[in-house]
Amino acid sequence: MAGYRNGRRPRAAALISGGLDSMLAAKVVLDQGVDVEGVNFFTGFCVEGHTHAIRKRERSKVKRNNALWSAEQLGIKLHIVDVIDDYKDVVLNPKHGYGANLNPCLDCKTFMVKNALTEDLVTDGEFDFVITGEVVGQRPMSQRSDTMPVIARESGAGDRLLRPLSARNLPPTLPERQGWVDRNKLYGFHGRDRKPQIALAERYGFTDYAQPAGGCCFLTDPRYSRKLKDLWDAKGERDYELDDIMLLKVGRHLRPAPNYKLIVGREEGENNFLAGYRHRFLHLRMVSHDGPLTLIDGRPNADHLTLAARIAARYSQGRDAEAVRVDACHVDGVTEQFVVAPLAPWEIDPRWHIGT
Amino acid sequence: MSAHHLDTLGLLCPLPVIRTQDRIKTLACGDTLEVVASDPGTLHDIPAWCRVHGHVLLESAQQDDRFRFLIEARH
Ligand code: SF4
Repeated sequence: MAGYRNGRRPRAAALISGGLDSMLAAKVVLDQGVDVEGVNFFTGFCVEGHTHAIRKRERSKVKRNNALWSAEQLGIKLHIVDVIDDYKDVVLNPKHGYGANLNPCLDCKTFMVKNALTEDLVTDGEFDFVITGEVVGQRPMSQRSDTMPVIARESGAGDRLLRPLSARNLPPTLPERQGWVDRNKLYGFHGRDRKPQIALAERYGFTDYAQPAGGCCFLTDPRYSRKLKDLWDAKGERDYELDDIMLLKVGRHLRPAPNYKLIVGREEGENNFLAGYRHRFLHLRMVSHDGPLTLIDGRPNADHLTLAARIAARYSQGRDAEAVRVDACHVDGVTEQFVVAPLAPWEIDPRWHIGT
Repeated sequence: MSAHHLDTLGLLCPLPVIRTQDRIKTLACGDTLEVVASDPGTLHDIPAWCRVHGHVLLESAQQDDRFRFLIEARH
């Protein structure tokens, strides 16, 4: 039973990513009588949601938001917070740099803990403490014994940051010292071994939980990171809008010249998604054969546009035909008609493919 | 009690849920919010979000590629 704070039960914000660890961490504290609410941040890079909606062949799978699903299993409220704009600074200027790809994990966790603390809508102030599913030694950048205190310090949470799955490897925090939670009922998991978490999930009766391979965010993906870097190089500055980072999740990206790139839909779901952008981009439509919708980002000249049509035709049903008719639709409504020979596979320079 | 409308067409999950959540916060208990969406993910997420927060999902319907939800706010 949790100790009382100013005549009320202590209130904690649990960072809920949708993965198993954050769900277990919240449950451990919830079971000690603390009022727990979930907080989930939408950065724009989350794997959750979008890609399932875009890709048609994945539509047969049950689509659920795993953070919401976790909250429902736990019986807690979940605040989903749009941090797209504020998160830019984390991605563009991470104080502690990047991990193996463009993932600024240490700054990201710090940002999330700091913002979770102030998300308490009930008391209109701060939560008493924050819970994360971090485990010492589990992740190379943000979950090391030397970096975990950095998150506590730089987020401003200090000893109000509790990692229930690993707490026994760390100094006692405020909620433990105050008796709001019993340290003896917290855990001392460490390292990359997932067996303790899986056993704990079994004990709680959690099944069917999400196990994202490679993390919950696209910034850990090497191909995605290369596309983001290419975007910055092409823009001449490190910046992005939500649409930019959404489009990096979709289609084949080819850059035959520095001044333009093609985004070629790979299947119907992606073509439909790209079609949503057709009024804002020069785009290519296959006319004589079935084929992808292709957005062109940049300013191609006439020769570039002919090459772009030949590349797009290469990914159409007319790839073996002598000639394919392609319409280039400009943003001002003008349509140019092209009849082109599709490029042969060996004519596509492998360096054009961004991200591979 | 008043009726409100929210258009989330073109937004992908979780943005329709976030917009719904932010709008409901401004409503009084008993007010209704009609949400229209184009992302099929909302079929799953909006009902789940209502259950998690205790709001009442009065109606949910699909017509072609559009989804419509009617929610009664409970605070
Ligand atoms: S994987 Fe992505 S969301 Fe997770 S801590 Fe790293 S940067 Fe943040």
